[in-house]
Amino acid sequence: MMTKSEPEIQLVEIENLTFKRGERVIYDDISLSIPKGKVTAIMGPSGIGKTTLLRLIGGQIKPDSGNIFFNEKNIPLLSRSELYEARKQMSMLFQSGALFTEMSVFDNIAFPIREHTELSEDIIEKIVLMKLEAVGLRGAKSLQPSELSGGMARRVALARAIALDPELILYDEPFAGQDPISMGVIVRLIRSLSDALGLTSVVVSHDVPEVMSIADYIYIIAEKKIIGHGTPEQIRLDTSPLVQQFVKGEADGPVPFHYEAKTYRDELIKIPPGSVS
Amino acid sequence: MKQLRFLGKQTIDLISGLGRAVILLISALIHIPNIRKGTPLLMQQLYSVGVLSLLIIIVSGTFIGMVLALQGYTILVGYGAEASLGPMVALSLLRELGPVVSALLFAGRAGSALTAEIGLMKATEQLSSLEMMAIDPLRRVIAPRFWAGFISLPLLAAIFSMVGILGAHVVGVDWLGVDSGTFWSVMQDQVDFDKDILNGVIKSIVFAFVVMWIAVYKGYDCEPTSEGISRATTSTVVQSSLLVLFLDFILTALMFVK
Amino acid sequence: MVSKKVELWVGLFVALGIAALLTLSFKVADTGIGAGGESYQLYAKFDNIGGLKVRSPIKVGGVVVGRVSDISLDVEDYTPVVTLDIYAKYNQFSEATSVAILTAGLLGEQYLGIQPGFVDESVDTLVPGDFIEDTKPALVLEELIGQFLFSQGSGEE
Repeated sequence: MMTKSEPEIQLVEIENLTFKRGERVIYDDISLSIPKGKVTAIMGPSGIGKTTLLRLIGGQIKPDSGNIFFNEKNIPLLSRSELYEARKQMSMLFQSGALFTEMSVFDNIAFPIREHTELSEDIIEKIVLMKLEAVGLRGAKSLQPSELSGGMARRVALARAIALDPELILYDEPFAGQDPISMGVIVRLIRSLSDALGLTSVVVSHDVPEVMSIADYIYIIAEKKIIGHGTPEQIRLDTSPLVQQFVKGEADGPVPFHYEAKTYRDELIKIPPGSVS
Repeated sequence: MKQLRFLGKQTIDLISGLGRAVILLISALIHIPNIRKGTPLLMQQLYSVGVLSLLIIIVSGTFIGMVLALQGYTILVGYGAEASLGPMVALSLLRELGPVVSALLFAGRAGSALTAEIGLMKATEQLSSLEMMAIDPLRRVIAPRFWAGFISLPLLAAIFSMVGILGAHVVGVDWLGVDSGTFWSVMQDQVDFDKDILNGVIKSIVFAFVVMWIAVYKGYDCEPTSEGISRATTSTVVQSSLLVLFLDFILTALMFVK
Repeated sequence: MVSKKVELWVGLFVALGIAALLTLSFKVADTGIGAGGESYQLYAKFDNIGGLKVRSPIKVGGVVVGRVSDISLDVEDYTPVVTLDIYAKYNQFSEATSVAILTAGLLGEQYLGIQPGFVDESVDTLVPGDFIEDTKPALVLEELIGQFLFSQGSGEE
């Protein structure tokens, strides 16, 4: 019998992460943890660098300081071959799907299996069909990526991402630009895959309603720091004005409507130099 | 003051770009090849890089050979030296036109296609997804393309020279009346295996290396936007063409000047 | 997973490339490599080698019988010494053979022309390592002009 106080295993632990791009600080000493088997969301305004966080977890880029632990291994310190081993446990779903354009849907999904295992073609076929069935696209197995709609491409990419049954899936803006029906499909898939396969999912998004409906835990990042975190209910009740502006989608607030500029009066009325205003 | 800063920045960009290009090349090429997995990739690339360039090479080679024969004849006949048409055409092709023109055509056709292809893969995040799938894109995407070009260009240059000589034969012998036996025998007398054919092959190997390196690097390093890709593609053609011509001068000076 | 079509075309392409290379090597070029390989050396001293170069051909009556493999100065008498690489099958040159530096055509490259001497029992054949005694040096333009002017000058007297 499971006791309520059983500690959660954190699959990913980020400690004191600082990341700069040139002179610009993107993350300033942030810490967060991703619990195993749950859906964790990372939200925030556009351009904050949420995709960067996924790349940091995946080891594609290195932080300026701080640790990123995945299954107890510190990602930035891994050697190249160790990193590649670690990546076999992770998958990333890119915003565009990033399917290989010269292969069919079937071959796209079979690709990681063929690369990393020695399984026979028969078995591979069964696995691919299973994954396609999970995303509801078994009938599309012979299509080319150019023949798929955006939503379908994303689902195929999802099937490819789960081809090797990873422990962690990173979703980069999975809801962006989708019509309501496709949106509903993706939402349902993220949740059901997480439950059925025990996957740990990290969803980076700014689509508040969708995220609120499926996330177990949410982090809101803005201005280089984590400005709020908690379960969806806790977030809704959070009193910080920035969190409130974000969650309610208000046009003006701590994130101002007007881009930084001179005062309106000064721009309209050009005061000649030397005269008194 | 601003000009100096600009110059300094350009120099630093150039050197750091060169550094990245060297790192790319070393990472992509220095590894133990997996024969079973790598061969089908190489074959596929040999097809798209080599076979698909055959048409332009054969047509260009034939026409250039024919023009050489025409022009050469009109000049040589003034000195009563039409018998030298064979070696004139053969040496021009083997030493210079074969390696150089085929390298330029190759840069334009295959080099630009390669840059665009790799750039597009970068822009659509296909290279990133390969990385995240624990597959090294340098070994899977870049290396086979590089080797395919490196093998193809010398072969294409040889084919170019060959069809050029044949084209010249058609014009010189069948049309302009140079004796066929003379055409071939004077040519054989004057064309040396070491000096002319081997040097031509060495040239095209050097050109192949340079053209493929630039094409692959520009694609991999480009900005992942549509302007970035088109700029990189143009840049590949321009830079590899200029570098080929420059290296041709250096190699010619080294090989043919005593 | 390479399609049959691709494999076929690639094979054809590579075959074509290699065929072109071979054709160029054998039909177009003067393959010094085809001529048997085995060769032996003779030496000859000249007053002046003119424009003779290493790898210049050695011909008898216009037929190539070998190549120049080395040109140097004899350290004792500071005379140019040329090493001749003669193909092994032409090993019956008599000691009375003479060799001259000739020019192919009016402005062509220079080569060694061998005039084989008569062969009979009193005359030995040249063995590997022998010197050919009878040599004619290259024609040097300045000397020719000098001779011409000299003969003109003496003709006037």
